[in-house]
Amino acid sequence: MFDREYDVIVVGAGHAGSEAAAAAANMGASTLLVTMNLQNIAQMSCNPAMGGIAKGQIVREIDALGGYSGIVTDRTAIQFKMLNKSKGPAMWSPRAQSDRMRFAEEWRMMLEQTPNLDFYQEMVSGLIVENNEIKGVKTSLGLSIYAKSVVLTNGTFLNGLIHIGEKQMGGGRAGERAATGITADLVELGFEAGRMKTGTPPRVDGRSLDYSKMTVQPGDAIPEKFSYSDVTKPLTHQRDCHMTYTSEKVHDLLRTGFDRSPMFNGAIKSTGPRYCPSIEDKINRFADKDRHQMFIEPEGWNTVEVYVNGFSTSLPEDVQFKALRSVVGFEQVKFFRPGYAIEYDYFPPTQLKHTLETKLVSGLYFAGQINGTTGYEEAGSQGLMAGINAALKVQGRNPFILKRNEAYIGVLIDDLITKGTEEPYRMFTSRAEYRTLLRQDNADIRLTPLGYEIGLAKEDRMNRMIEKQQKSDAFINFFKETSIKPEDANPMLEELASSEMKQSDKMYKVFSRPKVTMDHMKQFAEVSDYISENNLDTEVLEQTEIQIKYSGYIEKEKNNADKLNRLEDIRIPENFNFDKLTSVSFEAREKLKKIRPTTLSQASRISGVSPSDISIMLVYMGR
Amino acid sequence: MILQDTIIALASPSGAGAIAVIRISGTDAITLCDPFFSSVKKNKQLAQQKSHTIHLGHIVDGKRVIDQVLVSIFKGPNSYTGENVVEISCHGSTYIQQEIIQLFLRNGCRMAEAGEFTLRAFINGKLDLSQAEAVADLISSDNEASHQIAMQQMRGGFSNEIQHLRDELLNFASLIELELDFAEEDVEFADRSQFEALVDRIQTVLKRLIDSFAVGNVIKNGIPVAIVGAPNVGKSTLLNALLNEERAIVSDIAGTTRDTIEDELVIQGIGFRFIDTAGIRETEDVVESIGIKKTFEKIGQAQVVIYLFDASHFEENSQLITVEIEKIKNQFPQKPLVIIANKIDKSNTEKIQTELSYEHLLLLSAKENIGVEDLKDKLLQFVNTGALRNNETIVTNSRHYDSLLKALEEIEKVQLGLNDGLSGDLLAIDIRQALYYFGEITGEVTTDDLLGNIFANFCIGK
Repeated sequence: MFDREYDVIVVGAGHAGSEAAAAAANMGASTLLVTMNLQNIAQMSCNPAMGGIAKGQIVREIDALGGYSGIVTDRTAIQFKMLNKSKGPAMWSPRAQSDRMRFAEEWRMMLEQTPNLDFYQEMVSGLIVENNEIKGVKTSLGLSIYAKSVVLTNGTFLNGLIHIGEKQMGGGRAGERAATGITADLVELGFEAGRMKTGTPPRVDGRSLDYSKMTVQPGDAIPEKFSYSDVTKPLTHQRDCHMTYTSEKVHDLLRTGFDRSPMFNGAIKSTGPRYCPSIEDKINRFADKDRHQMFIEPEGWNTVEVYVNGFSTSLPEDVQFKALRSVVGFEQVKFFRPGYAIEYDYFPPTQLKHTLETKLVSGLYFAGQINGTTGYEEAGSQGLMAGINAALKVQGRNPFILKRNEAYIGVLIDDLITKGTEEPYRMFTSRAEYRTLLRQDNADIRLTPLGYEIGLAKEDRMNRMIEKQQKSDAFINFFKETSIKPEDANPMLEELASSEMKQSDKMYKVFSRPKVTMDHMKQFAEVSDYISENNLDTEVLEQTEIQIKYSGYIEKEKNNADKLNRLEDIRIPENFNFDKLTSVSFEAREKLKKIRPTTLSQASRISGVSPSDISIMLVYMGR
Repeated sequence: MILQDTIIALASPSGAGAIAVIRISGTDAITLCDPFFSSVKKNKQLAQQKSHTIHLGHIVDGKRVIDQVLVSIFKGPNSYTGENVVEISCHGSTYIQQEIIQLFLRNGCRMAEAGEFTLRAFINGKLDLSQAEAVADLISSDNEASHQIAMQQMRGGFSNEIQHLRDELLNFASLIELELDFAEEDVEFADRSQFEALVDRIQTVLKRLIDSFAVGNVIKNGIPVAIVGAPNVGKSTLLNALLNEERAIVSDIAGTTRDTIEDELVIQGIGFRFIDTAGIRETEDVVESIGIKKTFEKIGQAQVVIYLFDASHFEENSQLITVEIEKIKNQFPQKPLVIIANKIDKSNTEKIQTELSYEHLLLLSAKENIGVEDLKDKLLQFVNTGALRNNETIVTNSRHYDSLLKALEEIEKVQLGLNDGLSGDLLAIDIRQALYYFGEITGEVTTDDLLGNIFANFCIGK
């Protein structure tokens, strides 16, 4: 059936696999996407939402590089919010509620329209490897499919084990079977494998809820969108979410099931995400809190199914049900399905290079939960990078690596391969040293030129970015060159309790003052005229405002990035013998040997490697 | 830099002395010595001896005996450098020192570079950066006060204090990060009023440390005291009286010109540097008027000024003396000025006391040793040694001073931001920057130029 050799085979069609397949195919690599169920492409296995703090920035980065997640999200969103708008621009984070079914459908449609991409539904049960080089995959029907490179994006499917109370069943997702074979092959090849755990809350029937007892959570009055391209439009109407709380009574009911909880009775030994704890974890760890937030999220435009965010649990289904019925607004709740926990195999990501290629097997790439991450956005971005690099390698081109000061994606991958992860890795803005540079508003300026250079981002994207940049630069110059008289500015300044101007000054100075915003500046005729004459859109206005108002902070971060980046330039020779660092602690030496950092800066980020260890290495590097 | 080899250097001051100490450090330090050490007890192998033991014997080169020596053995990691260390105490002639060092250089040792022993101690985790810097200060300290500061710093007092502040700030920074990343979730936010209190406290400590630099610096280098007076009023006699009394180490440092001779002496543990000047008498002589300009420069550099005149010739010179005192006072109103009437054993002091009613007037006879004690008390009064007496941390290192200043600047920005209700992500930028400068002091931040600077200041042997 498969007589040709593909450039790239992508195993798994979740968020990572779909982005990987799209990227590789769009870059001209002949690509095959193999998945166990073609009806479930890009399933949202957990909450029906994309984005959020730090995650929203990642989606915009994927979009800026030419990935699909942003476009799919825009086309299938039912609500949009820009989170953290009251904070500095680095914290502004887009988040959308999605229509779960339409999201998967849209992904499938977009993949079907992607050139160079073939599909095949079957379980991959093994890898074909010769001399530490990938040659292809074997399927459960006994087929061999050959390829120059393989991207594994198995999600929670590798030896997946679902827990609900004391019941256990093999499975990769509720209602889907687990994948077997690949882990054993990889372990035999010398890979280290581990187990991780994650969980998901019950889904319920929205018709059984009393929303009048809950707080309404509407979307933004003027919604924005994820994609920088013009193929999507902001939402014109939206669906509300709701919020309610657990109570002591709910907690007491949940506690009655603790002895049958796989989390507490020892059935689950692997680590779950601290940041996304199950409800039983929350009441156990924060015993003094008498209530916890719950967000009630619709699963789509038309469906009555509802997602109970904040109530992830693997307690027995009867306990889940009883406890949920005690929540305000849930008195009559009907279950679509109970929550569950799932354990699955992952491979500590320190076994990867910055390209996400494994160190052990050339041409083999890992992306997504197989690397110990959690989240659609984290998975999608890794898939994109793995797909890009798999294609680049096949085409004999240079690898594509994003630096920590260029993208959250760069932070993510560098963290994974340098530090590894003991629990499902989720992105936070605090993981980035240069948060102020990695904003959601400038992902296109940061990354579209790079995506364009490798042939993924198309010309229209590039042109849009250039136009936005040129227009905002010109607008900034306008503020620098245009003067304003005290009598014109003072009424506004007085209103804002800002000190009066004594003599004429450039508008830029006035704009730089705290509390002065673009809306204030628009009150001046020169400014509003300039905007209409030059036909400036909100994106340009926002970009201009951020660059003027936060220039001090942005400059500072840039300087810091440069200062700390000096260690980035000190390369550690490939054959460097870490054993001769006898004065470095044994633990640190072992980690250095395992991870084999390529620069001193990367070495400094390895946990257990202290600054004084770095000083010692500096001495060895002849500095 | 190679760190596997064995290094050697003279650890005691260069030149001849009663005893000299030669230090050898490296993995092979002990085995390297064995062939050249002949114990008084037959067949004693150094390599088989316990750590921290001393052995009497001879250094021999084949059949030739170079010297009778004591050899101390320190096995790594329990040694100064953390490596195996041998210290040879030999007789102090330059010839013997050189013979022994040459012998080992011919047989596998390398001459240590400046600061290399301390560098190795640092690399082997025996010292942190600011402790290593303190070693350099300790070596060059020649009075009790500066010794005390350097010792305190070497024991880690200073870096501990900074480390403690840094930890607290770090803790708050992570609370702020938490609040940012979990804004949508139900978490406890960082308590702003507690944070303000912390920022206040950090500011206070930073300011105290920064202020201590002025004190620390004079203690480290000695407090400069300018002595102004016409020739033959008894300047040298006064200095000798001060010096003889203390039996302190006195060194003559020749200045760039003949007219500036500096004498150093230690009074109750505080170092003073006396700068002799030519006096400020009005003159039309060009050469002398250059001298006057110089005198004023010297006074400018000094912390304390002593004006000395001959009491036995007060009457004929009283007008001139008053004018000169006034000139100094006008030029340097802030500077403590001690007026000394010397040679009171030969004169009538009543007139002096009535005509010169200045706060710090001393009647003294250097020759007869009258009033010299009073002068010393006076000088000590002018030194702010409060911090020293209270055993507080004193900053003496200009690199630390610089980092503290920058840290304070950032902390002030944080405070301003807190007052303005600035968003956490922007506060975090200033906090991170402050943490960076704290880290520069404790060595939590590694940059290549930092390391280069520190170990360049050492002498060979340490």
